[in-house]
Amino acid sequence: MTTNPHSADPVVELRGVDAGYGDRLILSGIDFSVRRGQLVAVMGGSGSGKTTLLRLVSGQLRARKGSVRVFGESLEKISEKELYALRRRMGMLFQFGALFTDLSVFDNVAFPLREHTDLPESMIRDLVLLKLNAVGLRGAATLMPSELSGGMARRVALARSVALDPELIMYDEPFAGLDPISLGVIGQAIRKLNDALGAASILVTHDVVESLSIVDYVYLVSQGKIIAQGTPDEIRNSPDPFVHQFIYAEADGPVPFHYPAPPLEESLLLEAEVAP
Amino acid sequence: MIQLLRTLGHLTVDGVWQVGFATRFLFAMLRHSGPSFARFSLTIRELYFSGVLSLVIIVVSGAFVGMVLGLQGYDTLQRFGSESALGSIVALSLLRELGPVVAALLFASRAGSAVTAEIGLMKATEQLTAMDMMAVNPIARVVAPRFWGGVLSMPLLAAIFSTVGVIGGWFIGVVVIGVDNGTFWSQMANSVDFREDVVNGVVKSFVFGWAVSLIAVFQGYDCTPTAEGVSRAITKTVVYSSLMVLALDFILTSFMYIGK
Amino acid sequence: MNRAILDLWVGAFVALGFAALMFLAMQVANVSEEGTRGETITLRARFEDIGGLKVKAPVKSAGVVVGRVAAIRFDPQTYQAEVEMKVSAAYPFPKDTIASILTSGLLGEQYVGLAAGADSEMLKDGDRIEMTQSALVLEKLIGQFLFNKAAEGGSNK
Repeated sequence: MTTNPHSADPVVELRGVDAGYGDRLILSGIDFSVRRGQLVAVMGGSGSGKTTLLRLVSGQLRARKGSVRVFGESLEKISEKELYALRRRMGMLFQFGALFTDLSVFDNVAFPLREHTDLPESMIRDLVLLKLNAVGLRGAATLMPSELSGGMARRVALARSVALDPELIMYDEPFAGLDPISLGVIGQAIRKLNDALGAASILVTHDVVESLSIVDYVYLVSQGKIIAQGTPDEIRNSPDPFVHQFIYAEADGPVPFHYPAPPLEESLLLEAEVAP
Repeated sequence: MIQLLRTLGHLTVDGVWQVGFATRFLFAMLRHSGPSFARFSLTIRELYFSGVLSLVIIVVSGAFVGMVLGLQGYDTLQRFGSESALGSIVALSLLRELGPVVAALLFASRAGSAVTAEIGLMKATEQLTAMDMMAVNPIARVVAPRFWGGVLSMPLLAAIFSTVGVIGGWFIGVVVIGVDNGTFWSQMANSVDFREDVVNGVVKSFVFGWAVSLIAVFQGYDCTPTAEGVSRAITKTVVYSSLMVLALDFILTSFMYIGK
Repeated sequence: MNRAILDLWVGAFVALGFAALMFLAMQVANVSEEGTRGETITLRARFEDIGGLKVKAPVKSAGVVVGRVAAIRFDPQTYQAEVEMKVSAAYPFPKDTIASILTSGLLGEQYVGLAAGADSEMLKDGDRIEMTQSALVLEKLIGQFLFNKAAEGGSNK
């Protein structure tokens, strides 16, 4: 497998990384990089290790083997303080938004500004309204998160994750559970934000159609390994049968429909013998 | 038999793990307690939720406990013709035992369970992870203020409970039954010692405040991040804090009153 | 919730809590009680038997609390109990004051009663009250009563 040809000025760089929880190894031998200005999708089936990859990049999980470098700094032996300094330059959008339920929409977006800057309240107000305007929800500033629809909550969370103008934005399943219109809105917002901020973005998703239409580069992950990578066009035209099955959503292929089991006849016969 | 031993071993190992985690958690929380005091508004908010919102149940329960003490105390004392000791009985029972213990039990089920639910839900909906990703330590920002809010509320709530209880006992004894007002208060003042009874009661409620608040925030922070996990954590908070309060009360009482 | 309203509620809560503590200290435990506040002088007295007298028991004169028992010791020379009292310096007592151990009510607590004498000289800090009357011990009283009855019966024969 060739490495990513665009690896000049990488914001995120993983080399030969193994990672897992407890006894389970989730990812092995991962080479992965994202450079400034790039919007990269990580795609794969459920449980393939996509979210674990994000946890590695954000320093929530340490690699078992190999090196993880973010903004040129190694995360292997980083202290909590240094990690927090790096995280101020990152934004992350969670699967269901993870808005603070006890704060209003306005206060949610203002949260990182109030925690990390000493800006006067009037300037925070202007910044928050600008961010909310960018996702089209300036009018919803006084609402509480419980009053928002799923798509609106996702957009507020997006505004919050870019409140500090991050250089690296991570999206964990931003399209999960959205109707087609909200999905398109979020997709466009992700692309626009990435270009406006000149940031690097990682988009973890299993939504093929929407992500292929907005990203610059794609990694396909299956069972803890990167099995294919390339531009959206390269991926679409890939001769690899697995890639083909995933992109065109075929039920059976290299990824079997059946969970490994003894042949059906055997199971049924066995049952028949036991029954009488 | 082997199965039984294995279960016992499993429970023991699990228990030791939990205690170890809770201790490490306590130290992490103490280390990150700076913001709870530097930005005191965070703690004020928790004082509101733990303290002010528990006031109603504390005042109502205190009044009823005091009135029952008045009735039962009078009923027993008048058989020996010592109704004049009613004030001492009511005040001593409340200050030494019932005030701190019952207030702590009520506090565990009212405020402790609410804190566990709040932190547990924040964990289940990834709010804690989101905060961590925004380079804001959730232990410093969410957990520690709730802990200190509870620790500071508890002695005040216990004092309010005892006071309302004494007034409740006075109401039944003096106003309803007709024990002499002066005798009631002077007998009370004669038998209650400030250091021995009032201060010890405050010390007890302070210790209970630590125990209940630690259990509540720990169970919330440590819960399995699902709806089921949160509800199990709430149950654990109430059960563990109640048992812990009763056990600690026994230990403290034996040191405070029996040791000399 | 509005910040100002929150602060107000919490302020009221804390004030209420401290008011409750003050109530417990003042009204219930009565730390401000007469005889324990202000300047005190130490007086001592020897008793044959102090009965159930305890440290911190009140010292009363004419039923008014004027002080507290500070310490109780056993004197191995005289085989008597030595009681140390702190009495308010505002109430000087004459030299020939009598200290007795009394009981409030039939089963109540025991206290030291001071009955003032007529001497013109007053007791000073550290002085000893010479005239004392011991506690009445119920068993002794009953024993005495029975003894007297028996003696009466004997003389009537």
